[in-house]
Amino acid sequence: MSFDVPDDHGYLESHEWAHNDGGTVRIGISDFAQDELGDVVFVELPDVGDTISEGEEFGVIESIKAVSDLYAPVSGEVTAVNENLFDTPELVNEDAFGDGWMLEVDAADESELDDLMSADEYRAQIE
Amino acid sequence: MSRRRPPLHAVHDDRGASFTGFGGWEMPVEFDSIKTEHAAVRESAGIFDVSHMGEITVSGPDATALMQRLVTNDVTALSPGDSQYAMITDEDGSIIDDTVVYRLPDDGEIRTESRAGEASYLFVPNAGHDEEAYDRWTGYRDEWSLDATVENRTEEYGMFAVQGPDAEALVSEAADDEMTDLSRFEARWAAVSGVECWVARTGYTGEDGFELVVPQESAETVWAAFDCQPCGLGARDTLRIEAGFLLSGQDFDQEENRRNPYEAGAGFTVKLDTEFVGRDALERAKTDGVDEAFVGFELTERGVPRHGYDITDTDGDVIGTVTSGTMSPTLDKPIGLGYVPVEYDDPGTDVRVVVRDRPKNAQITNTPFIDQ
Repeated sequence: MSFDVPDDHGYLESHEWAHNDGGTVRIGISDFAQDELGDVVFVELPDVGDTISEGEEFGVIESIKAVSDLYAPVSGEVTAVNENLFDTPELVNEDAFGDGWMLEVDAADESELDDLMSADEYRAQIE
Repeated sequence: MSRRRPPLHAVHDDRGASFTGFGGWEMPVEFDSIKTEHAAVRESAGIFDVSHMGEITVSGPDATALMQRLVTNDVTALSPGDSQYAMITDEDGSIIDDTVVYRLPDDGEIRTESRAGEASYLFVPNAGHDEEAYDRWTGYRDEWSLDATVENRTEEYGMFAVQGPDAEALVSEAADDEMTDLSRFEARWAAVSGVECWVARTGYTGEDGFELVVPQESAETVWAAFDCQPCGLGARDTLRIEAGFLLSGQDFDQEENRRNPYEAGAGFTVKLDTEFVGRDALERAKTDGVDEAFVGFELTERGVPRHGYDITDTDGDVIGTVTSGTMSPTLDKPIGLGYVPVEYDDPGTDVRVVVRDRPKNAQITNTPFIDQ
């Protein structure tokens, strides 16, 4: 099976992605990760105004069969939360890099993005 | 220790199944998606490989005496081709395992040593319990000097479950025989694509359906005879939770969660007018009444109940434990099963379920959660 891995995103080994748009960083989990989890039924996310820290847990995602912590690819203040996921968590399965996004963060230090895996490195990890 | 594999492990792997460890077996947990598989069983039909279930046969002159003394139900009520749900209990009346006991006809593919007029039985212990059951049966047989042959046939047979509203049509079509007259808990031999199978109208999904005991060497032929959604243990779990059925090792456990059949809501399987290991303890339990009861509950806010979570009263005091839980695919609501003190077991009682340190509102609910 082949999974979507957009080139312009950065990745964590724990399968979260980050996409920088001028200092506002959007965060989600990868297509591979949603497939591994199976049917997503619940997400627990921070509130707008909360701060998340690189490498630390920022939330929880649950599928029918598993509970997983979510890890922050970058540090910063949360400026937007995808509230659609509370009522339709299956968006993560349907469109992990699009409608299934989770947070937007005002990056505290954009150089943290350089520490993430590139799309090629991430593809090698999930092969 | 390496895991035991079902005969069709490679076939399922080719079909794209993911696998999980369960009771010492490596079994398919998901073929497509749990929701898709679950919906197929509720709306049309699905087929499960449940070859992790054990098969033990008991035959010979004292087969009935041995069975009767090791399960809670009354096996003398069974005619050939009948089956019943029963508990295997220890001296304290605690459940070791739950099982279905089938009385076999006098002839058929599963050959036993019973002669004409002697009853013979097949029973199906849960995953990983077959050797323990075999040891228990042979140990007591010897202790009581009974003349019975006990055979663990788990490695000789696979088991498939075809479940859902279309199961009757599917099995009738695949078999050389219409299955419309087979009542719930009845079973008989039938050839499926030329393979003699033990076909029983039993299941674990809350739907109509059949379970087929299949010779290992012909397992692939029988599996291929059913054109319906393959389903894994993930959907099997969500389906049985919606039906309110017990899972051995999870909703009761001889070591970690000792429960008698009355607490577990399975008092209907206990026939105190028979003699069996655990009977006297269960007679006392019935007279004294139980302190805790197995209940269903529904979360009324977001969250997913899971095995081991605390149940509290509305003041936050811990009163019980979740033993099974999921997001119900049929109802799209978080539901669970667990034990609470009997004063909290009325449907509609408000409780809390603690999900990662956060108490969530919940209400005790009648089971099954779905209409059957």
